[in-house]
Amino acid sequence: MSLRMPHARRARLSLFTAATASLALVTTACGGSGSGSTAAPKEFSYLSVTENTTVKTALTAMSKGVCKAANDALPLKVETVPQTSLDQKLQLLAGQDALPVQFAAGNAPALTQQLAKSGKVADLEKELKSLGVLDQLEPAAVSTIKALYGGKLQVLPYEYNIEGIFYNKKLFQENAIAIPGTWDELVAAAAKLDAKNVQPFSASGQQGWPITRLLSTYLYRSLGPDALQKVADGKAKLTDPEYVKAAEEIAGLGKKGYFGKGVGSIDYDTAMNQFLNGKAAMFYMGNWALANISDEKQNKVGAENVGFMPFPAVSGGKGSIDQYPSNVGLGITLGAKSFDKKTGDWVSCIAKNYGSTALKNHGSISGFKVNTGVMDANDVTTKVRKTISESKQNVLWFEALFSTKATTVSQTNAAGLVTGSMKPEAFMQTVQDALTAK
Amino acid sequence: MHRVLGDRRAIAILLGPALLVYSLIMLVPIVWSLGYSFTQGNTIEGFTGNGGANFSRLFEDPAVRDALWFTLTYAALVTVGQVVAGYLLALLYVFFLKRSSALIRTLAFFPVVLPTVAVGLLFQKFFQVAPQTGPVNSLLNAVGLDSIDFFGSAGSAFWVLILMDIWRSMGFYAVLLFAGLVDIPDEVLESARLDGASGLRLIRHIVLPLSLPVLMSSLIFSINGTLKVFDSVVALTNGGPGNGTTPLTLYMFQTSFTYSDYGYGSTIALLLTVVCLLVSLAVYRVSRRDITEG
Repeated sequence: MSLRMPHARRARLSLFTAATASLALVTTACGGSGSGSTAAPKEFSYLSVTENTTVKTALTAMSKGVCKAANDALPLKVETVPQTSLDQKLQLLAGQDALPVQFAAGNAPALTQQLAKSGKVADLEKELKSLGVLDQLEPAAVSTIKALYGGKLQVLPYEYNIEGIFYNKKLFQENAIAIPGTWDELVAAAAKLDAKNVQPFSASGQQGWPITRLLSTYLYRSLGPDALQKVADGKAKLTDPEYVKAAEEIAGLGKKGYFGKGVGSIDYDTAMNQFLNGKAAMFYMGNWALANISDEKQNKVGAENVGFMPFPAVSGGKGSIDQYPSNVGLGITLGAKSFDKKTGDWVSCIAKNYGSTALKNHGSISGFKVNTGVMDANDVTTKVRKTISESKQNVLWFEALFSTKATTVSQTNAAGLVTGSMKPEAFMQTVQDALTAK
Repeated sequence: MHRVLGDRRAIAILLGPALLVYSLIMLVPIVWSLGYSFTQGNTIEGFTGNGGANFSRLFEDPAVRDALWFTLTYAALVTVGQVVAGYLLALLYVFFLKRSSALIRTLAFFPVVLPTVAVGLLFQKFFQVAPQTGPVNSLLNAVGLDSIDFFGSAGSAFWVLILMDIWRSMGFYAVLLFAGLVDIPDEVLESARLDGASGLRLIRHIVLPLSLPVLMSSLIFSINGTLKVFDSVVALTNGGPGNGTTPLTLYMFQTSFTYSDYGYGSTIALLLTVVCLLVSLAVYRVSRRDITEG
């Protein structure tokens, strides 16, 4: 026995050594991949999402046209991932210090701010200023970005969207409905349409956000533009009676069946289709929908029959009808470490030319200045562009200041709010809990 | 032989390589993952220790309670459903269809080879209410009932999920149990019949006890699979509406990778491991007792 003990101990020791060695191996492997990315980039690599085709098509067109010089020095290379797996991909890449030169910055601003805090995102205000192109950004877009990203310019405004209600002019005329100016008029209009067997609203409950946007816009109209900032600052709770009131109003629309059947299983494209086929009279959406509205193949009611109105006022509310919910789409940002002179050339070319390229080729409105004259595709586009230039103040959307968790919780439960399977107080409580839990 | 196997050095040489590989790919990650349970943070911000905070959070989190309850009821119902349905199918093959069962066997087995995502989409279309009315709701309308939004409430979505998973896997259990049934010697059945046992009595007293071992292994298979259900839930309801059909696995996935809270996600994974361990031990105890009796 005494002779055998050392063997056993040696075996144990070698096992321990092996385990330690494997740990060391794993650790060095992580370190290894991290050190490579500090070198100057060889490509203008751009990580985009599969769903958004506008930015990558426009950039590719620019790389062959106006930005050819920048592209020759640093060729554009686009890689895409589905939007649902974007956050995971970014976290992995950031953990390995392998972020691309330019990338879609996560589904919630919270993730970008996390990245910025650890020094992975370029300070775009400083960089654009030194490149001399900061004035190429629309001030409204810059202020929206700053409101979202804690007062900093952390993403580029490849999109600039305001939101409101697109409506079917023909259906409104046939049923003798005037454009509603107040919430009560809107509900009355919906009742009138419903009585004539026209579905008043189309909305996607599967995505959830088209429903929570209604909720937040109601809040902005009734409690004023700082309604959700107060929640983010902890000065108010979603469970406060005036907040629950908004949830009750939206739930009320669902209870009366104004969203049609099975709203929980309606996805974004189906909701869009319902509106563009004349099956629903109103569609709350951002102006990115203009691309679909201008497309004759998709739009069966005709672009001339589509109108755009702001979300109506709430009687006695603190908010005003000319405050528009606005956003810059999925934020696109640039890595801090790979931002060198060649990247700078690309960025200044984008800043000078993207606005007109996107509007001309895709009818899409961005937050970059449009430097060459472009004709609008139709009256709705003109109306939206006019609204943007006239808008006095911008407000955000419901989840804009939420954590990723609260965002998911709010959007996955939204359908329940309008189908009646979740009471308004319970919905607000659930979202508030997710917010408090961080 | 005894001399070689009695030598500790020989044991070390023979077991060493396998043990090393096993440790590297199984034990180290498990211990590592356990270590994450005591941290908070993510790959961007880095990890910091937070003691047992994740564990106390685990006990207070209502979402964990919901997910655990969902996982257990789902596992119980689907296990009972698929083993019973599989057993009935197997009895049908052996005693009624006899040698001509090949076609039915193939048909019942067919859903097993279909990808889960395809089955999920199929059932979504089958039970949908909008934009098109699915066959089930058409049927309800035809007999004068209103359409039901099956995926609009957690209760009905749960039952569609149960139905789908039983339908999807009963063919597999039918084949497994069929193998156990054909193993029963014909002489035994013959002599039982001569003694006057037939129909249900034959099944209750002769067939059931003799196929008990294979029934038990089916149960173990089934419980192990259903406690870890992930793909069919994601394909059919994605955990919704709200978190009404979210099992522990999906909650763990969301916490770790969507909310980037790796530490807490790891703690939930640990809970799932403990649950699996406890249930496996329980089934193992019951099955050991039963086999000795049978």
